[in-house]
Amino acid sequence: MVQQITAAKAAAMIKPGSRVAIGGFLAAGAPESIIDALVEQKIGDLHIIVIASDWEDRGVGKLVVNRLVKSAQVSHLGTNKAIQAQMNAGEIEIELVPQGTLMERVRAFGAGLGGILTPTGLGTVVEEGKQIVNVDGKDYILEPAIASDFAIIRAHKADKLGNLTFSKTSRNSNPIMAMAGKITIAEVDEIVEIGELDPEQVCCPGVFVNYILKTGEV
Amino acid sequence: MANDKRAMIGARIAKELKDGDYVNLGIGLPTEAVNHIPPGVHVVFQSENGMLGVGPNPPAGSEDKDLVNAGGGYITALPGASYFDSATSFAIIRGGHIDITVLGALQVDQEGNLANWMIPGKMVPGMGGAMDLVTGAKKVIVAMEHCDKYGNPKVLKKCNLPLTAKGKVSVIITDMAVMELREEGLVLCEIAEGLTVEEVVQATEADLVIPCVVNTF
Repeated sequence: MVQQITAAKAAAMIKPGSRVAIGGFLAAGAPESIIDALVEQKIGDLHIIVIASDWEDRGVGKLVVNRLVKSAQVSHLGTNKAIQAQMNAGEIEIELVPQGTLMERVRAFGAGLGGILTPTGLGTVVEEGKQIVNVDGKDYILEPAIASDFAIIRAHKADKLGNLTFSKTSRNSNPIMAMAGKITIAEVDEIVEIGELDPEQVCCPGVFVNYILKTGEV
Repeated sequence: MANDKRAMIGARIAKELKDGDYVNLGIGLPTEAVNHIPPGVHVVFQSENGMLGVGPNPPAGSEDKDLVNAGGGYITALPGASYFDSATSFAIIRGGHIDITVLGALQVDQEGNLANWMIPGKMVPGMGGAMDLVTGAKKVIVAMEHCDKYGNPKVLKKCNLPLTAKGKVSVIITDMAVMELREEGLVLCEIAEGLTVEEVVQATEADLVIPCVVNTF
């Protein structure tokens, strides 16, 4: 059974300097309570793995504005001026990764794979310094798996085994990030008893989840 | 861009969409196409965060924070919609299951190269899902203003900004012209009503192949 904790305890578990995979897409489906607790406790020097750097006041943007992020693997910065300013000033190290490639590299780590072969980025700066592998006459870029120490995600409901259901487009990267965390912490709207979730509705099996907490409970 | 130009480009994009197509529209100008889909044509719109069956924007007051498009804007779901995770969403894109993607551009060239994700030293928003979309979609349409805000051509012989993908663009739709990448080169297929072929050529750096008949739109 997974352990039920608070956002404050979740943040305290994440040591400065950790590699953290964070669910959400432009803050939809972002684990806001855990992010707020990281800000509150000033857990810094983080390497974050996330689709987008969100807005200054929403999602992982709050970590950036509070200067808790030293580096990031991310596909989109366009909505967050703070991260672009920090990048231009050399204060944060950014690896821009195409969104589909980012998802597969994270998924690969969670799935025990060393990496993936993708055509995305061929003929662009993305292929620079990487191995090109030809399969059946087609070129692909070898993209290594992305490891993380923690995954922090948001779901709609969790049962006490950590099985998760999601709401609409807030699912996005959450089930993928969940696979990749050595420790995965899920923030949810509602925690229910074992047996209350329809197994057909579970989009992230509890095997990927270590801790659960209810949004807003600190 | 003036609203009438946006509407003109949107209407022309919509003509490219066929009944039954799965379509991904970039944020901004490409989205204008949804207002011009001809009656009887039913297409399914994807949002790359993880949804097929995107519907119109919700009326004020009924927005759902869990239901957003790839720009973070509130949307609705049409009957027959589906939600899935972002890895599945990009499997759909990269795997060649999207019929048409329409994107904006900073530059596009006569070899079908597209640059739309960064201006070194100035603007680095990141590629987001654009590289995957341009690589994987069956047909890539670029929709943009023909020239930049200083009047410089954006349809070039060769892009000099970092590329989004190499040789993947099929059609370019602007406020001045419709151009198609074909074996013979970049063909000027249509020009906007009221313009001459010469005016379009003047505003274009790329070498255009001019057919005997150039229609207007």
